[in-house]
Amino acid sequence: MSFLTLENLKKSFGQTQVVHDFSLAVGKGEFVSLLGPSGCGKTTVLRMIAGFETTSAGRIRIDGQDVTALPPARRQIGMVFQAYALFPNLTAAGNVGFGLRVAGVPRRERAARVAEMLALIGLPDLGDRYPFQLSGGQQQRVALARALAPRPRVLLLDEPLSALDAKIRVSLRAEIRELQRTLGITTIFVTHDQEEALSMSDRVVVMHQGRAAQVGTPAEIYDSPANAFVAGFVGQLNRLPARVVDAGTGRVELAGHPLTLAATLPASGQVTLAARPEAFRPAPAGLPVEVETVEFLGALRRVHARLPDGSALVFDMFNSPDAPAPRMGERLTLAVDPSAWIVEAA
Amino acid sequence: MRLWSWLGFALGAVFMVLPLVGMFEFSLRARRGEYSLDAYRSVLGDPQFQATFAYSVVVAIVTIIAGVLLVVPTAYWVRLRLSRLRPVMEFVTLLPLVIPPIVIAFGYLRQFNTSSFLPLTGSARGTDFLLVMGYVTLSLPYMYRAVDTGLRTLDVATLTEASQSLGASWVTILSRVILPNLWPAVLSGAFLSFAIVIGEYVFAALLDRPAFGPYMVWVGGNRAYEPAALAVIAFGVTWACMGLLTLTGRLAAHHRAARR
Repeated sequence: MSFLTLENLKKSFGQTQVVHDFSLAVGKGEFVSLLGPSGCGKTTVLRMIAGFETTSAGRIRIDGQDVTALPPARRQIGMVFQAYALFPNLTAAGNVGFGLRVAGVPRRERAARVAEMLALIGLPDLGDRYPFQLSGGQQQRVALARALAPRPRVLLLDEPLSALDAKIRVSLRAEIRELQRTLGITTIFVTHDQEEALSMSDRVVVMHQGRAAQVGTPAEIYDSPANAFVAGFVGQLNRLPARVVDAGTGRVELAGHPLTLAATLPASGQVTLAARPEAFRPAPAGLPVEVETVEFLGALRRVHARLPDGSALVFDMFNSPDAPAPRMGERLTLAVDPSAWIVEAA
Repeated sequence: MRLWSWLGFALGAVFMVLPLVGMFEFSLRARRGEYSLDAYRSVLGDPQFQATFAYSVVVAIVTIIAGVLLVVPTAYWVRLRLSRLRPVMEFVTLLPLVIPPIVIAFGYLRQFNTSSFLPLTGSARGTDFLLVMGYVTLSLPYMYRAVDTGLRTLDVATLTEASQSLGASWVTILSRVILPNLWPAVLSGAFLSFAIVIGEYVFAALLDRPAFGPYMVWVGGNRAYEPAALAVIAFGVTWACMGLLTLTGRLAAHHRAARR
C-alpha cells in the first residue's frame, strides 16, 4: 500500500512540457531519490509534491488524501532546501520552532519539541545561535530539524547537500539517512549526484527529459540499467563498437578479438557493447589493450587504455601491493565476465 | 590635483556652511548687544509651535505606517510573482518626483470636496486622511526604493517557500519573516519620509491643516529672529534623520557582513 502516490503528473511552462506522465508510488517510511541531470524535471516533480508548482495534469495523493489542489501550507510536508533557507532574524531554536508556533502549539510543548529536535540533530547547545553564526553543515541540520519539528507526513529534500564541502556532505548524508530511518518518515530526495542517490536510497528514480527512465533499487539501477541513458548516467560506462558473428551462440568480434556474450544479440550487423570499468581485470589472455594513463583514486587505480582499433577503454584496478600499477605504453590483456556486457543497437 | 580637490571641497563647504553659520548667528541676536537663546526660548515656548510640530510628527508617523503597509507587501509581491512589472513599478513610484505636489493637492480638492461622492474635505479627520495620503504619495519614491533594495538582499522566493512548507499564511510570512528581515531598509525609508513630511508646506497649506510647514512660513512673515531659530531647529531635525539613516545603513551593512 503506497503512502505517497503520483499519478500521471504533467507540467508545462508555456509551450515547453518539462514533466511527461510521471507516476510513482512510494511506501510509508520509504526513502526514494529522484536522480537525473540538470533540466530532467526532478526538481519540478518535487515542487509539485510540495505545492509550489501547480500540476498541468495528474494527481498527488498522500495517505489516500488528494492534495493536488491544496496550498503548500496545508499539505503537511516538510522541505529542506539547497540554500538552507533559514530565517536570518530567528535563532536556531526560533527556526526549529517556527512551524510549531504557526500551528499554535503552546509555548511549553513547543520548547520541549525544539529541544528534542536540536538534540536529535546533535546541536543541543546551539539553539540561541543565529544562522550566520553557524557553519553550512550546522545550518543544514537546523533546516532539517525545522522541517521535521511539525511532524510532517512527507519529507522533501531538494539537493540539501550540494552547497556543502565533500567531507561534511558524506557525513551529513549518513546522518540524514539515519534520522529518516529512526523517524520512519516517507522521504523524497532530489539530487544529481549518483553516489548520494545510490548510497542513501531504498529506491532510485532515474529521470530523463521529464520521464522516469528507470525505477529500482540502487543495485538494480547500477547492475541492470534499463537503457543506454541509465547505463551512461549512473556510473561510468565503456561503449565499444562490435560486429555480430553468430547471434545464436552469442559470438561477436570486438577490435578484431573474438568474444562470447551471455546477452541476446541481433541476427547480424554492428552493435555497441557496453561494460563498466570494474568489469575488466588483467588476465593472461583476453582483450588486448595499450595503457595510456593511470589515475590514482585512493582505493582504486583508473586505467585509460586503447584497443587495437583505437577505441578508448577505461578499467579499474584495486590499489594493492600485489597488483602494481601498469606503466604508460604497457600492453595488457583483459578478461571480462560474459554477463557484464550490455548490448545496445549500434 | 589633490590641492584642487581640497579647494573645490572648501568652496562647496563655504557655500553650504556659511549661510547656516550666518543664520545661526543671527538667531542668537534677539537681545540687543549680546548673544542669547531668546529666539529659541520664544519659539519652543510658543504653544502654536508645540501644537504644529506635534501634529506634523503624528502625521509623519501615520504616513510611515501607511507607507510601510502599502509598500512592503507591494514590493514583496512584485519581487516574488510579478517581476515583469518591476519597470512599471519603478516608473509609477517615481511619478511623485515629477508631478508637483500642488497638482496632487488640487486633484484631491477637486475629487474629494464637499460636493463630491466622497466628501473627505468636509471634516477635519477626512482632510487629515487626505493629507496622509498625499504624504504617502510624496514619500513613495524613497520608501519603495529603500524596501526594494532591502528585498534584493534576501532570497525572497526560498524564504517564502520555506515558510509555506511550515504552514505559514501570507500574513504570517510578511509579518514574521519578510518584515523583520527588512527593518534596516524600512527604517531608511521611514527616516526619509519623516524628513520630508515634517517641513512640508504645499499639501498642509492647501488642505488647511495645522502643520509645522505653514507655521514656519507664518513665523517667517511675522517675526524677526524666530524664523532663523526655527530654521535651525528644522535643520537639526532633518540632519538627525539623515544621521539615523546613515547609522541604520551602517548597521545593516555590518549585519550583512556578519551573516557572511
